[in-house]
Order: sequence, then C-alpha cells, then structure tokens
Amino acid sequence: MSASREHVLNAVRASIRQSGKPTLSPEQLTERLERPRPGLVPQRGQLDLAGRLDLFESWAKALSATLVRLDDLAHVPRAVADYLRQENLPAQVRLAPTPEIEGLDWQSQSLVEIARGRAQIDDTTSVTPAFAGIAETGTLMMLSGPQTPTTLNFVPENHIVVLKASQVVGSYEEALAHLRQVHGQGRMPRTVNYITGPSRTADIEQTIQLGAHGPRRLHILLVKDSADA
Amino acid sequence: MTCLVDLMRPSVGFAAVELLERAGCDVEVPLSQTCCGQPAYNSGDRAHAEAIARQVIEAFAGFDYVVAPSGSCAATIKHHYPQMFADDPDLTAKAEDLAARTFELVSFLTDVCGVTAVSSDYRGSVTYHDSCSGLREMGVQNQPRQLLASLDGVDLVEMEESDVCCGFGGTFCVKYPQISNKMVSEKAKRIESTGAELLLAGDLGCLMNMAGKLKRNGSAVQARHVAEVLANRLDDPAIAQPPSSAGQGEG
Amino acid sequence: MESTAHAFKDNVTTALHDANLQQALGKVRQGFIVKRREAADRLPEFEALRDQARDIKNHTLAHLDFYLEAYEKKVTEQGGQVHWAATAEEARDKIVDICRAADAKVVTKGKSMIAEEIALNAHLEEAGLDVVETDLGEYIIQLRHEPPSHIIAPAVHVTKKQVEADFRQYHADLPPERHLDEPWELVNEARQVLRQRYFQADVGITGANFLVAETGSSIIVTNEGNGDLTQILPKVHIVITSIEKVVPNLDDAMAILRVLARSATGQEFSTYTTLSTGPKRAEDLDGPEAYHVILLDNGRSGMLGGDFADMLRCIRCGACINHCPVYHAVGGHAYGWVYPGPMGSVLTPNLIGVEEAGHLPNASTFCGRCESVCPMRIPLPKMMRHWREREFERHLSPKAVRWGLSLWAFFARRPRLYGWATGMAMSLMAAVGRKNGFFERLPLAGGWTDHRAFPTPQGRTFRAQWAARQRQGEEPS
Repeated sequence: MSASREHVLNAVRASIRQSGKPTLSPEQLTERLERPRPGLVPQRGQLDLAGRLDLFESWAKALSATLVRLDDLAHVPRAVADYLRQENLPAQVRLAPTPEIEGLDWQSQSLVEIARGRAQIDDTTSVTPAFAGIAETGTLMMLSGPQTPTTLNFVPENHIVVLKASQVVGSYEEALAHLRQVHGQGRMPRTVNYITGPSRTADIEQTIQLGAHGPRRLHILLVKDSADA
Repeated sequence: MTCLVDLMRPSVGFAAVELLERAGCDVEVPLSQTCCGQPAYNSGDRAHAEAIARQVIEAFAGFDYVVAPSGSCAATIKHHYPQMFADDPDLTAKAEDLAARTFELVSFLTDVCGVTAVSSDYRGSVTYHDSCSGLREMGVQNQPRQLLASLDGVDLVEMEESDVCCGFGGTFCVKYPQISNKMVSEKAKRIESTGAELLLAGDLGCLMNMAGKLKRNGSAVQARHVAEVLANRLDDPAIAQPPSSAGQGEG
Repeated sequence: MESTAHAFKDNVTTALHDANLQQALGKVRQGFIVKRREAADRLPEFEALRDQARDIKNHTLAHLDFYLEAYEKKVTEQGGQVHWAATAEEARDKIVDICRAADAKVVTKGKSMIAEEIALNAHLEEAGLDVVETDLGEYIIQLRHEPPSHIIAPAVHVTKKQVEADFRQYHADLPPERHLDEPWELVNEARQVLRQRYFQADVGITGANFLVAETGSSIIVTNEGNGDLTQILPKVHIVITSIEKVVPNLDDAMAILRVLARSATGQEFSTYTTLSTGPKRAEDLDGPEAYHVILLDNGRSGMLGGDFADMLRCIRCGACINHCPVYHAVGGHAYGWVYPGPMGSVLTPNLIGVEEAGHLPNASTFCGRCESVCPMRIPLPKMMRHWREREFERHLSPKAVRWGLSLWAFFARRPRLYGWATGMAMSLMAAVGRKNGFFERLPLAGGWTDHRAFPTPQGRTFRAQWAARQRQGEEPS
C-alpha cells in the first residue's frame, strides 16, 4: 500500500504546485494544527449560565427530547423511576458503571431492576452521565471510557442522561476546550458522541419518525450543582 | 437592447426607454451592439462569446450607465465578462469598468434613479415571476414589486415558488425539451392557481416560454414584460396574443 | 455501478413517465427547501458561517498533503491503520482483504457515498460476504436492488406503498396479516429486523463526513443512529472515505458542521455526530478491536488546483439537489451514476469521464439556485460551464448546436448585416403569424413547439424603429 500512498501524495503535491497558489510553511501549518483557535461562534452560543440552561432546555425539547430539572443528584433514582412509570416502560435500567451514577441510592426505588455495564440487545432503558451539554443546539456530548460504554447511548430504546448544570456550555468550541483539558491536546477517547434529540428517520416519504435504530426516547435530567446560581 | 427584445418585442425596448427618460436619463441605443454573447458563452463556445463580448465592450464605451431590460443579459455583462478575460489585464479592466456601469432596468430605476412610484392605466390582478439571473445574479426581487405596489389599479397576487426556474434556460429548452416542458408545466400551474389575469417578469426569454405554455394549455392568463405595465405601454397585444386582445388584459 | 449517464435523455423519458417517482418527487420539492430557509433564518451568522466554511476547506485543500500526513500520523499513534487507495479497485480489494483477515461473514454498513462510488456492495457479495445496509433508506434500496437516487435520502424516489410491498416480500417470516400502512410501522419493522444484524456483524463499515488531522478522528453524521450501531458492535470498524474530507482541527469540523445539517435537512444539528478515533482502548467495555481507514483518491488529486478544485469543498449536504428544478423533474436515477443533481453534474464527468457523462453539465438552465444555497459556496453553474467549454473544444457537443451558434455569431459580429437579416426574418414571421399572435408549429423549432406555442414577433425590430426615430429627430421636416 505504501506505493499507493506515495502515488496519491505525489499527485496531490503536483496539483498544488500547478495551481501556483502560495502556501504556508510547515511551521505555520504545524502552529495552526497545534494551537486550534475557535472561529466564528454564534451569539446564541455565548450566553451566561442561566441563559445557557434555558437555551439548552428549549432546544432539547424542540428537538424531541424531554427534560426535567432536579435540585440534587440524589433525586436521580426517583426521577428515573417516575419516568419509567409515566412512559409505561419496563421497570429495568442499565446504569453506566460510573460511581456518580452507580453510587446513588437505587435501593430507594426497590421496584426498579438494576443492571450495570455495556448494553445488551434486550436492554430497554439506560442511565448514563454526559460529558457536556451544549446550549446552542441542545446537544449532549458523551465520551466513551471504561465507565461510559458507548453502546448505552444507542442500543436501549430509552436513554436517560444525567447532565449537571455546571456541564452546560454555550458552544461546540467551549466543549472542545473542556475535552482538551481532560484528555490532552490532540488526544481523544475512542468515541465522542454528540447527541441532539432521539433517533429519527425521514426515509419513508419524508415524514419524520422517531426511534429509527437508536433510542426512541431521550430523557435529560438536568441537575443543579455548585455552579448553578 | 437585448436581442430577444430587439427581434421579438420591440415595445419592451420602447417601454424601457420611456421609463428611463421619465426618470431623467438621456437614452442612447448604440446600433453597433447585437447580442451579449450569452448563448455562445453558456454553450461552451468561448471563442465566439469573447468576440461578441469585445464588441459589446466597444459599443458601450463612454456611457455612464448601461441598462438592459433583462436580468440575464445584464448579468452576462456584469458578472461573466470580467471572468472571460481573466488572462488579459487590459480587457479585464475594460470588462470590469463596463460591469460596474451595467444594470438591470427595474433595479436601475429604483436603486440608482431613486424612482419609488410610476403611473399606469393598467387595471387588474398580476402575478410576478422572478427570473433566475435577475433574482440571483442581479438582486432583483423587491424592486419590481415596489413599483407595482405604487400602481393603484394593480393587484399583485404572488404565486408559489415564484423564484423557481421556468425551464427556459436559453438553449436548454430545445436541448432538453422534455425537462423544460415539465418545468414550465409546473410553472404554468403555479401561475394559473393565483387567479391573476396577467403574468409579469423581467426577462423576455422566460416570458416567451411561459406565455407559450399558457397559450398551449388554452389558458386565459396573458403575459407581458414588467416594463410594459410600469411604462403604461399596453397598446400592443400581450405576448403570443392576436392583435384584437390589446389593452386591458382580459382574454 | 454501471453508468447510464450517456443515456440521460432516455433516462429522462423513463423518469417523466414513472408515476411513483413523480409522486415521490413532489415531496422533495417542498420539505427540504422550507426547512433549510427556516434554519438559516434562525441563525443570524449563517451567511458568515458559510464564508468561514469555504475558507477552512480552501485552506485545507491548498495544503492537503500536509494535512493528510498529519492525519495519518495521528490515526497510527492511536492504534488505527490508514490504507491509501489511488483507485476504486485498490480500495475494494483492501476492504475485502480486511474482511477476510477478520474471518468475517456478516458485514453491516452505514450510509456511504464513497462505498457507492466504488461499488463496494457488489464486490463484497462476490467475495461471499453477507452485506447489510443499515440506514433505512439504503436498506430499502438494497432490497430493491437499486442505486440511491439522492445523496442524503437514498430512497426518496420510493413511495410508502412500494416499501410496504418490499417488506412483505423480503420479511417473509413475519406474519402476513400484520399492519404496514403507516410510516412508523415500516420504521419499526426495519428496526426489529436490523437489530439482530447489528449484533451478528463481524465487520462494520461506515463512511466519514470529515477526517480531523489534529486528532486522527473520523466523523460521521446520522439521524438514525445506525452508523453508530454499525461501528460500535462488530470487532472491526472500517472507514471508507476520500482524501478531500480532511480538515485541520476539531474546531474546523464543528464550524463546518454548523452549516451542514442546516443546509441538508434544515435541522439545527443532526441527531448523531460521532467522532471515532482508533480502536477501543484497553479498558473500554465496548467498541471495535481494530480500526481501518481507507483513503481513496479516485481522481480527486487531479481535480486539485484545476478548474474543478472548488468541487472538492463539497460536504455532500444535498442542498443543491434539494433545490434543483431539473432534479425535481426527473429524480436522481436519470443522472445515471452515483451522484445526482448539480453536484453530480460537476463531479461525475470528473470521475467517469465527460464522454460518458457529457449530458449532465448541459442539462441545467443555469438558474443558479444550487449555488445560492451551497453552504460551501461552490460555483456549480460556473463549473458546469467549464465542462461545456471542454466538450465544445473537443467537438463533443452536438453538431446542430455548434452550427447554430456559429451562424448566430456570424451575424452577431456584423451589426449591419445582423440588422438587415433579422429585420427581414422578423417582418416575415410577423406577417405570417400576426393573426394568431403565435405559431403552433415552426420548422426547426420542434423542441419548442412540441410543448408550447411560439409567440409571433411584433414585426419591425427595435433597431429598425430606433434608427427611424433617430433619423426623424435629426432631420426635422
């Protein structure tokens, strides 16, 4: 394959030379690559915390997710049980194996059957944390990792996401800055998912149907935390 | 003067002259012009297109403004001539100079001459088709509507998808007649469902296409260049109509 | 796939007489356009974001070799493999090799236009693999043995009734009395059928909307979530993509993503945007054990720096297709190859030759609606005109057209002769046609008069009348 590699790269270089356009030096390009600068960020992605929370909520709901605000992380098990009842869903959830979720008092909801780990084919509902919420489009950002298997975001029909208010940022760029802080510049978890509402398709005569392959329902628990004024 | 107006419908040319004169312009029509070269240019015939363009650049040297009663001819001069001569700095400069002076008629009246109202005896309902080049290359959209709104007797009824191509496309309509027919059939439906008596547009090619289709369909909707109504030149029969039908637009 | 682009006119005839197709196309004409307009209007910065998106891609393409190497380095660092393919054949062979090495039987696939471009499915099936398209639209056309008719809505030409019939035929083990009248019933059935397949698959193949040089990530954008299930469940994930998809940084990708969904479907953001970087990490509970990227050239390096370089900015949003009145009339299959509509009319001749695809850049009225909505501001009509120029230079355009143009130009360049000849012709036509005001038939103008009347000229040309008026003005009598 290395012959093809050289072949393609040489063809690319020949065409660029032929265009006669000035090019930047490798040093300048490396500088651009290693010091990413955000470009134009829409106004709506630059609100204060209260504005961000409201915008996040309104977009998430407009794009067919549901959202409730909770005052305390400890209220999550109760809110999950309520949601399952309200939507008439089986009383089973699979939790992301992260202490913040697993460590909650799930025994208080004794009717709900609890499982942990990556998703299985017949799981009905998952509960996962988020890495960030992005206000400009009501988008959740999820990272894969030992405590956050990606299958939980896609396999079950219902996905419940725990998002802390302090995690809600204005723009995609702000979320990327956090990602770089956590993982280091140029390093990534295996999978980063941006999720905006539940799964959908318009492949049958342009009519939008929810629940194509991924979750039919996306329920967000937006939890007040220290940063939440 | 666009070649279609010259050959097919000179009354549009006189309407244009009248509107310009009323707006205080001194109008000259150099007879060393013929066609802007668009048919050749759009067919890939660069040599002929460039030869014709040189002639047009010569013909209009020295005038303050060049105004055409057509968005597509004006756009050819304004946007395509400068690209044509990219390799020749002298001609590029001349083409750019001409481009800067070139306008579509109705937008010239409103945007340059500051005309905000006209008068016309036309009474009836009209619908307006946005010809593609005028709309997307020359920014002609509100200007004709604004002038039509200044006419008490004119009731403008917007058609759906007024900004969608009528299927004329110059040589397209004879190279791909089936597609063109499908497009103009859709357009005719939109026109007829407005209930308007008269179809207006700013480009004669589109008008001939739409009027020809309406005629073939047996429709009573008539068609005129928007300049004819704005200049109150309504004595000639509407496009594709027999002489007896001149006047107020009733079929 | 085998091209039928040379038979464009026959394809058009077929398309115009296909009642199901015409019914389906009616829906394209409405939905996408209104939704895009609304999405653009909701974001005041939309036009500036288009400029930015164009600039990012132009910068990247001007330094494509640098960014491709940087991208490759990052993929390798994170345990993935990049395979370069100069041609479609190399790409196909490499993918078959990877599948064989993984001892694969079932291969799931997310939607990928590059896979269509290299006719991957046929090749994998020949190699004995069980290939399952997972995007609902792709799944439908796979059952129907049809190519996609739209780059983001591959089954847009199929009506609900037709899907129902296909499902009843191919899902024969399901109860025949089941209800399939409603779209949601069809969606649910596909969901149930495909769910099993995701878990059976040994290899998952997806495309990529972007490749990020900064991190070595590939990005896919979907609404169904099928691309994610395709890549996260099997033990091998193969990304089939092409060299112009690379961007420098994650920020650049997000900046372009801001205009992608809005232009495509009018969504604020697609439901799922997924960045994949290498295989699963050692401690991860799920994800593929191997990650391969096939980087296809297939003629793109040759487009760089030439008349068609701007086309390499295309992000396959489909806005030009959604807004094209020619596409609305004939649908995607008439174009005869993988890429329909305006973007196809520019790209296809580049990839399969203008001899084969010469009709496509001609079958446009240059109405300019495509360029006006292109998020990357690609001058599509200008590039179609470039093709027409090449065809003209190479004498590929029809003789009658060339002859007509030469005749017209001959007169147009001789104003006096032009004035005299056209004056005669118009007087004659007016004399014959004045009574009706139009001609039902005209010799040599069958293309026009088969479908519409030809208006009668008024008579004396403007030139003649103007000249007379000038003479009167000069010689007051």
